[in-house]
Amino acid sequence: MALKGDLKDFSTTQLLNLINLARKTGTLIIESSDADEEGNREELAQMAFREGKLIHASMVEEDGHLANILHKAGKLTEAQAKLISEKAASMGDKELGLLLINAGYVTRDDILQSVKQHTLDVVYNLLTWNEGHFRFEDGMMPPDDRITVPIDLENVILEGTRRLRELEQLQEELPNLDFALKFPDRPGTSLRDINLSVDEWRVVSFINPKNSIRQIAKANNMSEMEIRRIVYGLLQAGLVELVRPPSMVQPLNGRRGPERPKIKKTVVTRLIDRIRSL
Amino acid sequence: MQTVKMVITGPFNSGKTEFIRSISEIDVVTTDREITTSAERNVKEATTVAMDFGRITVDDDLVLYLFGTPGQRRFDFMWEILSEGMLGFVVMVDSARPETFREAKSILETFRAYAPTPYVVAANKQDHPDAWSPEDLRIALRIEDDVKLLPCVAIDKESVKQVLLELLYSILEEME
Ligand SMILES: Nc1nc2c(ncn2[C@@H]2O[C@H](COP(=O)(O)OP(=O)(O)OP(=O)(O)O)[C@@H](O)[C@H]2O)c(=O)[nH]1
Ligand SMILES: [Mg+2]
Repeated sequence: MALKGDLKDFSTTQLLNLINLARKTGTLIIESSDADEEGNREELAQMAFREGKLIHASMVEEDGHLANILHKAGKLTEAQAKLISEKAASMGDKELGLLLINAGYVTRDDILQSVKQHTLDVVYNLLTWNEGHFRFEDGMMPPDDRITVPIDLENVILEGTRRLRELEQLQEELPNLDFALKFPDRPGTSLRDINLSVDEWRVVSFINPKNSIRQIAKANNMSEMEIRRIVYGLLQAGLVELVRPPSMVQPLNGRRGPERPKIKKTVVTRLIDRIRSL
Repeated sequence: MQTVKMVITGPFNSGKTEFIRSISEIDVVTTDREITTSAERNVKEATTVAMDFGRITVDDDLVLYLFGTPGQRRFDFMWEILSEGMLGFVVMVDSARPETFREAKSILETFRAYAPTPYVVAANKQDHPDAWSPEDLRIALRIEDDVKLLPCVAIDKESVKQVLLELLYSILEEME
């Protein structure tokens, strides 16, 4: 079964939401053809997930080896990184990591933090891409020697939507502010593990199927754009769901909905029997 | 004689005409026209402009009509008329074309606002190599868990039967 398309139609944030909710395992490959100052340039990024958690990310043209990642994080000097890259060119990251820890260059925590930060850097950069093709390879994992650190996607998605610049998209994704919000029924991530901003908390505190998004904005003195951005982030992170408030279920403005056809149950069962027999 | 109707809707090229054609006992009365704009021309040659019309006779005094809506937005003035008095509706989605998902969701919401009847979503073209799985489509389209999202191959009669039956089961359940 395929999962591929164009970022124009399905954004990276939406993909992360899907991978998170479906608890997918595999690798998301994104190819961008965004033009920069020098003209057209192809970029290729890969993000690996295990059961819906981000575990690794890399830009194909970038040096994603441990020595370089530790240098970027300020844990190794340039000279050290260069020397290690030369001497240990054929060594896998895991092996190299152990060697560096044993030699007292870095701690285990240094390595995990640096790899995590590197993964997040790649993903946050990816979230700004507006053009490109994506495909998800089920089950595909990074090479065995790579160090992987599991990262919850909810926080990544929230951070991504905070950086979102394309505001028109918000308008499309959340056209109707008369909807209300509720917490999902499925057992998911608890809000305690999520780093919410103050404004996000203010919105969360008003969540109730009876309060429309518009009312929540009003209570918090937020503009339409502010509330849209926050609700969009919470939705994409799978922390809330849209529901119709009671006022929307009945036809509004005293306008009566169209009559439901009055039919008997036997009519439906006869239809069922007939279609079964076709 | 009693007649009842169901509406088959969905974006341009999602397989509405094919769905009705697979199950109707009469040749589908379609109002397809050759496509004139070049963008859509790349996708297909004929599109439905007013509606498709199919029929399933149960017996001497009960007939089911299937109406297919035109997929292009510029014909959407037909939608509300077609939806009047419907027993339920099917939203067809071309599972292999994510560029149409947003439109599919918007059509779904539009029909839901016309009438509070039961409906199902058909993840069509599941035989296509690029088809998204129904589970992924559910998340992508944000379809609530209590709405049926069914795999479908509109060119296969058995598959079409299954979708219509599921819709009828939902209608029956709702009456209970
Ligand atoms: N492989 C495959 N092709 C399908 C399926 N359903 C429809 N098609 C093809 O997809 C194309 C579009 O189908 P139509 O039935 O004309 O779509 P429509 O929704 O009526 O299109 P409009 O009336 O133009 O909106 C046709 O070439 C169909 O043969 C399917 O389940 N599998
Ligand atoms: Mg048609």
